Amino acid sequence: MNNNKRVPIHKMHCADVPKGARHAVPHYISGWAFMMKGYDMLSIIDLSISFTQYRTGLRQKTMAAVSNLNLSVAAGEILALVGSSGSGKSLLAHAILGILPSNATMTGALVFKGEPLTPERQRALRGRDMALIPQTVNSLDPLMRAGAQVRTSVRNGKGRAVQKNMFERFGLTSRDARRYPFQLSGGMARRVLVSSALASGARLIIADEPTPGLHHQVAQETLTQLRELADQGCAVMLITHDMGTALGVADQIAVLYAGTVVEICPSSDFKDQGHLLRHPYSRALWRALPENEFHPISGSQPLQDYLPSGCLFEPRCEAGTSLCKNERPELRELRSGKVRCVHAS
Amino acid sequence: MNTSLTARMPYPVMAFIPTLNRRQQTLLLMAMAAVVVGVMIAAGILLDNDRIATHFDQRNLAPSWNHLFGTDWLGRDMFTRTAKGLTVSIGIGMIASLASVVIAMILGLASATLGKTVDSAVSWLVDLFLGVPHLVALILIAFVMGGGAKGVIVGVACTHWPSLTRLIRAEVLQIRFSEYVHVSKHMGRSRVFIAVRHVMPHLAPQFLVGILLLFPHAILHEASITFLGFGLSPHQPAIGVILSESMKYLATGMWWLAFFPGLSLLVIVRSMDIIGDHLRQLTDPHSAHE
Amino acid sequence: MPLEAKDLSFRYKKSRWILDRVHLELQPGQVLGISGPSGCGKSTLARILAGYEKPLAGGVTLGGRPLPQKGFNPVQLISQHPEKAVNPRWRMHRTLNEGFRPDDIVLSSLGIEKKWLKRWPNELSGGELQRFCLARALGPQTRFVIADEISTMLDPVTQAQIWSVLLDSVKKRNMGLLAISHDKNLLMRISSMIIIWEDMMMGS
Repeated sequence: MNNNKRVPIHKMHCADVPKGARHAVPHYISGWAFMMKGYDMLSIIDLSISFTQYRTGLRQKTMAAVSNLNLSVAAGEILALVGSSGSGKSLLAHAILGILPSNATMTGALVFKGEPLTPERQRALRGRDMALIPQTVNSLDPLMRAGAQVRTSVRNGKGRAVQKNMFERFGLTSRDARRYPFQLSGGMARRVLVSSALASGARLIIADEPTPGLHHQVAQETLTQLRELADQGCAVMLITHDMGTALGVADQIAVLYAGTVVEICPSSDFKDQGHLLRHPYSRALWRALPENEFHPISGSQPLQDYLPSGCLFEPRCEAGTSLCKNERPELRELRSGKVRCVHAS
Repeated sequence: MNTSLTARMPYPVMAFIPTLNRRQQTLLLMAMAAVVVGVMIAAGILLDNDRIATHFDQRNLAPSWNHLFGTDWLGRDMFTRTAKGLTVSIGIGMIASLASVVIAMILGLASATLGKTVDSAVSWLVDLFLGVPHLVALILIAFVMGGGAKGVIVGVACTHWPSLTRLIRAEVLQIRFSEYVHVSKHMGRSRVFIAVRHVMPHLAPQFLVGILLLFPHAILHEASITFLGFGLSPHQPAIGVILSESMKYLATGMWWLAFFPGLSLLVIVRSMDIIGDHLRQLTDPHSAHE
Repeated sequence: MPLEAKDLSFRYKKSRWILDRVHLELQPGQVLGISGPSGCGKSTLARILAGYEKPLAGGVTLGGRPLPQKGFNPVQLISQHPEKAVNPRWRMHRTLNEGFRPDDIVLSSLGIEKKWLKRWPNELSGGELQRFCLARALGPQTRFVIADEISTMLDPVTQAQIWSVLLDSVKKRNMGLLAISHDKNLLMRISSMIIIWEDMMMGS
């Protein structure tokens, strides 16, 4: 970790930053600012991702997987992105890292550490400054020993020393370092993945569904590790559909519905009957948990090629009016959070 | 990410092709190839046999409007000869590749569904055939069968089934042990239903792609075998014969005797190849949506 | 006619015994929960109970008789990954109607929309596919449903929807339900009795 290294001052040209980001980015940035808690490490502005897929026959249709998504992850905090399958969560992670499939088109802006994230920059920073903790343990190279894999992701400092340090922190022995992935248990493999991400010295960590299928203790460990990472000044984006996981460890929760963020709020707002929550979908999520009312709202998320023209949640919303049907609401600030609803208060 | 065809086609391409999606490209290519093949075959059937009779007064003419591909040393019109030759070659290629694919399907299905002994036997056979260089085996088989169209067809069919068999076996095994087939059995569906409704639809694209990719290969083999003298008799105007005979005359400067037949063969084979490739990419789930 | 497992033992090849003389009894109308961490053999037990795998020792009986090998099996399994349980080359209406034709009431209570029926599985998300798997499993001949982590991959709202429909059907038709999950809160909500996996393995 280069906590004590002075990073040179970058001067930003306002013209290079898209309009939406200007108020989010100071005019010039000092290296130290990256370590400051609360500094927006990653800003996603008006991101839309669409796919082309074949219908039967020759024509292709476009599916809007993500539409007008706005989000920021600040250093020192964990932002949990909560949404159902099909809401575009993993796509977002891939878009940030620049590994979208070839038939996807992306519009909007990504700003990382104050500078726009172009494809060249993504290629340069992938694995160095932005790291992904992938969903499956299959992402480990089956032909490389665990220790060697972690060493390949070390950017600053001596490979062996950093790797030894990481493994000690996560309770892995030097014997484990010499093992191949198939010889490791699920929990150990997960710890190797997390150490890979950490060893790279990345300041932005994206954890894609880190807990499903894990033993409760291992899952807790993983989350504790993420918390430690955040406490050291990294920005952590946790992508999950499991509200329990999210609420346990995150500072901020972003609720994703049909490819757009409908609410961003502190995780402490999720309590009691959810009266502090701003968007009806967040309230519905909270109420549907088995430890709460276990009561669902009806309907389901619209399909990616059949999105409503107005508010995406309107077909299922009790408080929907004709205004909601016609216009898609913007993300606005409300009570130290953000919400995409005309009626929220 | 549009894989531009211009980089792959040896002949000029219409300007709007890159803007079509892959399925439309495939369809267009198939239509173009069908037209070319159709014209060739029509020419082969309709054109007067008189044009390939010997006309000693029209020997060794260079290409001209009257004789598009020139004439050979016996005064026979090369265009007609090429067209007829290609027709024969395409016919033989089609039958040979069809036979090969059918053998592959039967053996692949058998080894994946009839139990361990059959599976071991077929796999052993596959390894055996893959171990022998197929051109040598092909020549031997064609020779043993006495040459001619029959020899070529049997030869090609017997040497090209192994790799497709492996593919089909793997595909069928994967489907048989997939979750949805288990569910189907659990719903009370019979084995026949599962075979016809679940397994066959997965195999149909393999079948088609297999034929389309093997077909140009078979034509080329036919041409080479005949060129080497083991295939069709010199009296049947197949491309191999035409090419082999034209070799003798290259030194005399009659370039059109080898050039046009060779080019036509190349065009047909290449277009079939491209179509097969496109179809394969369309059926592969990873690149299916480009 | 209870569903019983007696002395079930199972292991893969020569590894450690995953199931060692397990006894289980599920009565019609009962909702039994099994809680435990993943990868310890709960799914194997579910598959053996439903008849997808054969145990190495012991057996599963339905009302004293072994599970039927032919015809619509009265013990249906719904598994964790719906995308693997549907044929990717079949449109959804074919998959749905494979065993029997579910009526419109069931479809609408599950939230299955008419326009989904013409879709391919790869166009739908996990939650939507799981609804189809559920509708397909609730046939007229179904007596027992084994739900193996069916909502683990789903968001809370879809989870609540699916479980409310399942519990409703189970109660109305007096079916037995075995719910396997790692989520203790969920099990406490839905089951009348919960078995902790570790206790079961240490000798019931």
